[in-house]
Amino acid sequence: MRYSIFSLLGHALAGNRRWTPAWRDAAPKAGYDIVIVGGGGHGLATAYYLARMHGITNVAVIEKGWIGSGNVGRNTTIIRSNYLLPGNVPFYEWSLKLWEGLEQELNYNAMVSQRGTLNLFHSDSQRDAFVRRGNSMRLHGVDAELLDVPALRRLVPFVDFDNARFPIRGGLLQRRGGTVRHDAVAWGYARAADRLGVDVIQNCEVTGIRVERGRAVGVETSRGYIAAGKLGLACAGNSSRVASMAGLRLPIESHVLQAFVSEALKPVIPCVITFGAGHFYVSQSDKGGLVFGGDIDGYNSYAQRGNLPTVEDVCEGGMALMPSLGRVRLLRSWGGVMDMSMDGSPIIDRTPVDQLYLNAGWCYGGFKATPASGWCFAHLLAKDGPHPLAAAYRLDRFAAGRVVDEKGQGPHPNRH
Amino acid sequence: MRIPCPHCGPRGHEEFAYHGDAAPIRPDPAAAEAERAFGEYVYLRDNPAGLHRELWYHALGCLTWLIVERDTRTHAIRGVAEARANHAQGQAAQ
Repeated sequence: MRYSIFSLLGHALAGNRRWTPAWRDAAPKAGYDIVIVGGGGHGLATAYYLARMHGITNVAVIEKGWIGSGNVGRNTTIIRSNYLLPGNVPFYEWSLKLWEGLEQELNYNAMVSQRGTLNLFHSDSQRDAFVRRGNSMRLHGVDAELLDVPALRRLVPFVDFDNARFPIRGGLLQRRGGTVRHDAVAWGYARAADRLGVDVIQNCEVTGIRVERGRAVGVETSRGYIAAGKLGLACAGNSSRVASMAGLRLPIESHVLQAFVSEALKPVIPCVITFGAGHFYVSQSDKGGLVFGGDIDGYNSYAQRGNLPTVEDVCEGGMALMPSLGRVRLLRSWGGVMDMSMDGSPIIDRTPVDQLYLNAGWCYGGFKATPASGWCFAHLLAKDGPHPLAAAYRLDRFAAGRVVDEKGQGPHPNRH
Repeated sequence: MRIPCPHCGPRGHEEFAYHGDAAPIRPDPAAAEAERAFGEYVYLRDNPAGLHRELWYHALGCLTWLIVERDTRTHAIRGVAEARANHAQGQAAQ
């Protein structure tokens, strides 16, 4: 069924009793041309673009939990393409362009809201760094504006401009950045892929990868063996665990990132704001809650929950930026397991095992990349070669010294 | 999460700096396959879901490097030892 104002009205008149599930609850078949492990945003987007762009529909997405239970439903919903390095900017810009047409493409309301992403800076040297970043963006055809203090005072009058320690000197604004309803991204891709014939198989945990003569031929799962012509891994924080089933070690550590939402307030924050003197980013959801986050906790973790010192650090960042937050109560916090790569950039590439392909290392920036990640991973699976936009995201770049280190932090995953 | 430092007793993890998996040992640069070995030493990790032996530095305490054995699924700490003993063993193994 196609969703539209007419279908909505029709169902409303029928008392909303005739809605059907958005996708089939598929049971695994004996085998598929392509099996994608991981039913998060990236895996589902990959399946959708395989069917949509490459005509490959004998595809299964297998997910150990339920669709949307992992990081696609645990992030702070921000989309942007304000990157610096030539290996990154075109990829993330393509992702933003796909976001801009996503709802029409999927026939699903993902609440894409281009309310703008604002990075504040607090010193002359930080201004230089943001000017450089803005120039790099504009050279790649991406929108970027440098705002001075008077312009900022009109846009975000409530931030602490005259903070004694970190006065606000200006900001870099990407007006096309914004937020998206994250669960709807998983549901929209799942529904659209399902309509093209993809099997979305939930509650199906991979327990082993069958490799014969150096070639992946299928996966052992909690619901039986599934043969695969090609096998794609999009397992986010569990990438190392799943890859180890095929004997691979990855340049990845799993770390926990916490996110927070406050009680609902009247509209106050017009865009996404990031604090430049600490790690804090905040936006306001359409329900009114302030959605914010900061650094990862900083140690290996698969726990999907973090510790209190990070909560304190994030809230201190928020208070330094917006003292008016002091009376706001925290409603919920949660943790997600991030696949932190050694250079802070992702991997979309073949692996040393034939017919086994890897999509991993998204650190804590994977949500905004969802459409382009699916687009490029689908291309890799269909054509057996890297997509030009993801040409820098090779697995062998670490040994070869061609790392894509946006922050220049070196091989320390907890600092990216 | 509180780390039982052998010198200072149980302290909050925010007093410590984390340096990741304690397993990689710096390869011999004069060895035949040193380039490959250094690539693996710097970049590849086992990243287990379960017990993990990892380096923590008590930066706001006794300035000792520790090896903490911790479950990455629950954050429960199984044991703590000084890193220098482990380093001596690693050197001997090489």
